[in-house]
Amino acid sequence: MEILMCIVAGLLFAAAVYLMLSKSLLRIIIGTGLLSHGTHLMLLTMGGLKAGAVPVLGEHAATYTDPIPQALILTAIVISFGVTAVFLVIAYRAYQELGTDNMEQMRGMDTDD
Amino acid sequence: MINLPILPILLPLVAAVLLMFLSKSVKAQRIVSVIASAATVLAAAVVLLKVKADGIQTIDMGSWPAPFGITLVSDMLSILLVLTASIITLCVVLYSFGSIGSGREAFYYYPIVQFLLVGVNGSFTTGDIFNLFVFFEIMLMSSYVLIVIGGTKVQLRESIKYVLVNVISSAIFVIAVGFLYSVTGSLNMAHISTRISEISAEPIITVLAILFLIVFGLKGGIFPLYFWLPGSYAAPPAPILALFGALLTKVGVYAILRTYTLFFYHDQPFTHDILALLALLTMVAGSIGALAYKDVKQILIYNIIIAVGVLLFGIAVMTEESIAGTIFYLVHDMIIKAGLFLLGGIMIYITGTSDLNKMGGLIRQYPALGWTFLIASFALVGIPPLSGFTGKLLIVRAGFETGEYVGAIVVLLSSLAVLYSVVNLFMDVFWKKPEIPLPETKKQTASLFIPAAVLVILSVLYGVGTEVVYPYVMQAVDTLIHPEIYIDAVLKE
Repeated sequence: MEILMCIVAGLLFAAAVYLMLSKSLLRIIIGTGLLSHGTHLMLLTMGGLKAGAVPVLGEHAATYTDPIPQALILTAIVISFGVTAVFLVIAYRAYQELGTDNMEQMRGMDTDD
Repeated sequence: MINLPILPILLPLVAAVLLMFLSKSVKAQRIVSVIASAATVLAAAVVLLKVKADGIQTIDMGSWPAPFGITLVSDMLSILLVLTASIITLCVVLYSFGSIGSGREAFYYYPIVQFLLVGVNGSFTTGDIFNLFVFFEIMLMSSYVLIVIGGTKVQLRESIKYVLVNVISSAIFVIAVGFLYSVTGSLNMAHISTRISEISAEPIITVLAILFLIVFGLKGGIFPLYFWLPGSYAAPPAPILALFGALLTKVGVYAILRTYTLFFYHDQPFTHDILALLALLTMVAGSIGALAYKDVKQILIYNIIIAVGVLLFGIAVMTEESIAGTIFYLVHDMIIKAGLFLLGGIMIYITGTSDLNKMGGLIRQYPALGWTFLIASFALVGIPPLSGFTGKLLIVRAGFETGEYVGAIVVLLSSLAVLYSVVNLFMDVFWKKPEIPLPETKKQTASLFIPAAVLVILSVLYGVGTEVVYPYVMQAVDTLIHPEIYIDAVLKE
């Protein structure tokens, strides 16, 4: 199971890298979304994917799944959610001000301002 | 009081929340931020004395014993850096009154600065690797806002690149923490250290060491990963640039220093050779940039990269002496970089440009500014009575003693590049005859000059009073060279 998840996460990373190397800003942001999906999946996989009950004590199970990676992922998800929201708004403002979403045209010189 | 080490994190946090409710009144914001920053400096100083007297201070948050809860650890290195960061923030806040402009002040500038300090102080103090990631994100989120606040075209353009690079490095950080968790099964840094020393021969640990080096190298601006830094740092105005230049890259250097002394000291021939090589290339790349540009901001920004290279070389040599030199140089470099960027901001404000070709002749109207800048430049280079000397001396001596001749010579040569670049800056801005004669009326710069001068004076005192600082630094070195001290303090075995 872990091997399969590692391959899936690897595919997500590959797609993310491909998208982040493209010229359009929106494709780059979609790439960062895929990148964070890949990381969170990787984090879950690295904690181990053994069978066990959900980590709720009311289940009275013999074994539970590891609760720590889940807490870490929850933290990482909200952080990347906040960062993505900021990034999208900055991209929107940049599109309004600079009139382009092409990274090639965003080089510019200091004298442009 | 046992909860003392949390105060340098808690005070700016409370202040930031309070400041968000005061966004209507600029005056109230200014008063609260100065009081909060001063209180943070005071709290950090109290903790410093406490650590000096009683050794490492730890708090188990929520009273959960060490490997299970989050532990905050104030050893001498952390608290020295926390104190330095707090002093710099206080000076930058005072400088901002006269320079940041009413547009930015009304849009949560002061709360964001306090949040940045929360992130920086937290990163220095935490004893938990995932908590370090969270504090990094607090710091980075604040820096995203600070880099784009005001919304000029340059800032928007550069902030996109800055955010993208940091999103990628944060993702790699999370992956690295995931790997580390799957290898050691712990997140507490002291506990991880004991686990790693039990399985020291595993090559996966070396892979992790390099992964962490990539992450912290992206934050800290070391050789192949510094590409984002010159463009992004040139975008925001001077006080924000001073905060970034003094604090952000140094948090990356601190994280490398901490992980490479606590976790990854088992395969030194491999990891530390890579560190040494990257340090050399960082110094060379920084020197080339500092010599190539004719622009106040760019010259000072490339000097950050040179300093990161020197610090990295000190970490790579990894003897008691070189670590002492690294800590001396780290504190010195934070103070002097902030001072230089603030002084550079005044020059840009006076002349209205950062292009050296268009500046000149300021010494006639602004002699105090000129001589202060010259002293700050000499301190940056490391001319003996001033503050940069001790750190570089110790690093170079340790380099020669361990046979790292090339590295030590490059450190010395990079000092020459620094000297040439800043003295060239001084000659062009203050001495040369200006193309367009300066206006007769002098601009009022006292409110900007005083905080900058305070930092320069502090750096001079730091250089002259090396004997006073020495025992503090040696206590920090002791913990870094002997990780057992750190582990015992945290796990209380």
